[in-house]
Amino acid sequence: MNLHEFLTPPTELAQRSGPGDKIVMSSRVRLARNIVGFSFPGWAKKADRQRACEKLRAAVEGVPAMKDGFAESLEALTALDKQVLVERHLISREHAAKGAGSALILSRDESLCVMVNEEDHLRMQALLPGLQLREAWLTIDRLDSDLEQVLDYAFSRDLGYLTACPTNLGTGIRVSAMLHLPALVLDEQITQIIQAVNKLGLAVRGLYGEGTEALGNVFQVSNQMTLGESEAEIVERLNKVVAQIIEHEENARGRLLEKRPKVVFNHIGRAYGILANAHSVSSKEAINLLSLLRLGLDLGTLPGVSRMLVDELSMLTQPAHLQLRHSEKLSAEERDILRADMLREALRSVHRPVVPPAPPALDKPPTA
Amino acid sequence: MLCMICQKNEATVHLTDVKDGKLKKVDVCASCAKAKGLDDPTGFALADLLMGLGASEEVAASAPEGEELACPACGFTQADFKKAGRLGCPECYQTFGEGLAGVLKTMHKGTRHMGKVPRGLKLGREVQERIQTMQRRLDEAIAVENYEEAARLRDQIKALKEDPSTVVTGGTP
Repeated sequence: MNLHEFLTPPTELAQRSGPGDKIVMSSRVRLARNIVGFSFPGWAKKADRQRACEKLRAAVEGVPAMKDGFAESLEALTALDKQVLVERHLISREHAAKGAGSALILSRDESLCVMVNEEDHLRMQALLPGLQLREAWLTIDRLDSDLEQVLDYAFSRDLGYLTACPTNLGTGIRVSAMLHLPALVLDEQITQIIQAVNKLGLAVRGLYGEGTEALGNVFQVSNQMTLGESEAEIVERLNKVVAQIIEHEENARGRLLEKRPKVVFNHIGRAYGILANAHSVSSKEAINLLSLLRLGLDLGTLPGVSRMLVDELSMLTQPAHLQLRHSEKLSAEERDILRADMLREALRSVHRPVVPPAPPALDKPPTA
Repeated sequence: MLCMICQKNEATVHLTDVKDGKLKKVDVCASCAKAKGLDDPTGFALADLLMGLGASEEVAASAPEGEELACPACGFTQADFKKAGRLGCPECYQTFGEGLAGVLKTMHKGTRHMGKVPRGLKLGREVQERIQTMQRRLDEAIAVENYEEAARLRDQIKALKEDPSTVVTGGTP
């Protein structure tokens, strides 16, 4: 089966929901693991890397959770395939750059994804919609426990799971939540929030992870320290911080509506105006404007429109997903035009945003 | 905040990076960032810059004077670590362990693993902890010249090392 037949269509993917997904777009837990007797992928000779890859791939494919899954060598995937996987947050940009001697295995529902020979022998992740950090940890913990029966993990009693980079040593865990925070950005509080989160030893990154910008007001919050704390403690700490950020975002939305409603509705109205009428839109512009439309939905300015539409468009307007719908190779300019065509078509039946009737003041009790 | 390099312009580029296993923060202005190639995250300019700013060479400290330490399992050297910021193989943690200890302290919450243990090793850890406790009691017994108790403990430790399953069946905690 080829990758595109396997992958869940964007329409279906956008329908998946989870608790708190208004603000928390997804929860992810990844584990880094290595096996004894092999050098780390970045240092291993090509032949050894391929030998390790075969061994690892066979082990992962044999685990019950990967039944009916998808497994392929990175060498056999096209650049477009890889970019689609990156846009879906299934593999890292670093892994997309790999070829022979690296592989990926996806579970049938794509909630589990294992990268073989990325920076470590195994990078496995559980990705769930909404705020489900605990569930994501339990899911990946199960997969890891199944794998440890068949693989000889490199583990030290003192240092835990041994990883190529000392920053991942110990638990090898990275717990992260992807958050949509448009009001904190509009209200210019986001820098403060990021600084506060950094002080707690957590990292804030952009949409596609390390070193990427926060397109579409989407931020990834994740742990940085992996040694000296248990997985459960790390998950709980992140849960607490995420709950606080959600509260700040909700408050910012309430405050903006109360204090500066024109600013908010102006942003939303303009975003709609461009998306529904423009004839050329870049992917960056699309992501940023769709974020504002999503905010408009949350604030009740687009009655009858589902968030799924916006989420689906956010995925379909990404460069590789757009290219996928067209057989000929598109230039960036052509993509911008086709993207705009698609957006106009999708928003044809969506009425322009309304100012919702007297938004309830969040910080005041309702008057009788 | 002023640029760390020219000390004139306002620093607008703030980088946090882990090089040589050490967390480093760099604050520079846009023109110095460009001049040093900091806009290219894969470039080695950052590493050079960081070294220039006095990055402590803790990993090098684990090698005897003038000798370069190399991992017996994979041939990885400390120079390679300096270049890549990654280790060569799991064995490297043994080889470079001494130098890494300080690095880990600044990077993590603690220096001892507190998380998941592969199931096959779990029993092993209990046995090891038990042996450590008994060893301590043995030392105490010797210190107070209780040789009878010491002999008993010595035999128990020996038995435990030979057959770890005895830990499950009991004995004093």
